Amino acid sequence: MRPFEYHRAGSVADATTHAASGAARFIAGGTNLLDLMKLDIERPERLIDISRLPLDAIEENEDGGLRIGALVSNADLAADLRVRRDHGVLSRALLSGASGQLRNKATTAGNLLQRTRCYYFYNPALPCNKREPGSGCSAIGGRNRIHAILGGSAQCIATHPSDMAVAMMALSAEVEVMSAGGEGRRLPLAELYRLPGDTPHIETVLNPGDLITAVLLPAPLKGRHIYRKVRDRASYAFALVSVAAVIKMDGATIGAARLAFGGLAPMPWRDRAVEDVLIGQSPSSALWNKAADRLLAEAKGYGENDFKSVLVRKTLASVLSDASVREI
Amino acid sequence: MHITLSINGKDHELDLDPRTSVLDALRDHLDLIGTKKGCDHGQCGACTVLVNGRRINSCLTLAVMHEGDAITTIEGLGTPEALSPLQAAFVAHDGFQCGYCTPGQICSATGMLEEMRAGWPSHVSEDLLAAPDLSDAEISERMSGNLCRCSAYTNIVAAITEVAEARDEAV
Repeated sequence: MRPFEYHRAGSVADATTHAASGAARFIAGGTNLLDLMKLDIERPERLIDISRLPLDAIEENEDGGLRIGALVSNADLAADLRVRRDHGVLSRALLSGASGQLRNKATTAGNLLQRTRCYYFYNPALPCNKREPGSGCSAIGGRNRIHAILGGSAQCIATHPSDMAVAMMALSAEVEVMSAGGEGRRLPLAELYRLPGDTPHIETVLNPGDLITAVLLPAPLKGRHIYRKVRDRASYAFALVSVAAVIKMDGATIGAARLAFGGLAPMPWRDRAVEDVLIGQSPSSALWNKAADRLLAEAKGYGENDFKSVLVRKTLASVLSDASVREI
Repeated sequence: MHITLSINGKDHELDLDPRTSVLDALRDHLDLIGTKKGCDHGQCGACTVLVNGRRINSCLTLAVMHEGDAITTIEGLGTPEALSPLQAAFVAHDGFQCGYCTPGQICSATGMLEEMRAGWPSHVSEDLLAAPDLSDAEISERMSGNLCRCSAYTNIVAAITEVAEARDEAV
């Protein structure tokens, strides 16, 4: 690992100021960053340790939602009684990710900002536009079984690996950000991420020094919460395809629907047009297929990942069947 | 950097390069070699230790970030003369073959049983709000961050189950 300067931040302002210049990175859980530094993929010159900042609380908002501090561990968030009771899809998504050890260390904001697990991003011997801009994409025309079928570009088809972020996207979460200049702002999680386009190395809209301080969940969504993850082994593996769903029945028809998808795209994927297909309709296989058609209208396979279109269609149908059982 | 680490109830003063992981601090600077280095990337669980009672991968965290934390390693859980209940159960149930993953398995199981006692659900729990079952499926899921190349999994689950049942009876 390359040498770096270590700074333990005493406050949010201290952290953002120290991160604003040079090749600096915040470190909290460190489970992804240190992994990548050992492989010489992340090369920070300065690490700002934010792990002792007071950002580890889950608080109730006036609107009935939750404010989740950036440093709340994935384990604590999944186990929080309010999350288990009112935002089940989020608890389920978290529990499906990583291992017990990693969930104890990994933080909420770190999970959002984790890097892709594309084989080529992880292999400095081969070209990767995300790691070395302009070097080329080895996945296009190479091994791309785990890669994106939505939202990719000719420069990059890497997927975002988070489960947690998929559930948060379905819940319309927002992100609270503090800038190096001391200005706070809020943005929808969907607006945090950037699609790769011609600049796959730029993954979010955050500026140097910006620190995510919290994730805001709106008031609880009634209905059935389901997170279904399809992967190569039953535990401790990234999703090939995942579906986060919150479905509220209104008698025999679907009253409200939230859907987000993992494993398909460079960011947790939500397409409101898919939800619109379902609203006011009666559950049926034909309807599930119509929703999948809408989701996959722009889908593009690259050979080895062609199966994802079929897999997400089947997974979506299975989730929607389970979620749309008429409430008694 | 000059730091103080609290390990198994004892303070140790160390001069460390900031790059040093907790794992390397334990093994290379303190001669606590019970904690094992497997993959060094958080994938195998051999390096699992407890920090403030929580199980973590010691390879994926920096020693300089843990001043003031209570670190517990396999050496702190029991001794050859006085094995911890999990250590004794692993011996009784033959929960290993080569033994390399065992310290990580036992530290992980120690933390995992506390998580179950606190009522944390897992991926395989049917009800997010119910107390978790002590089933093989629950234990396997919760221990999936610890790989065993010798594949002693069946006996590892049996050893953990025995300790968990004994605890439940004691409550």
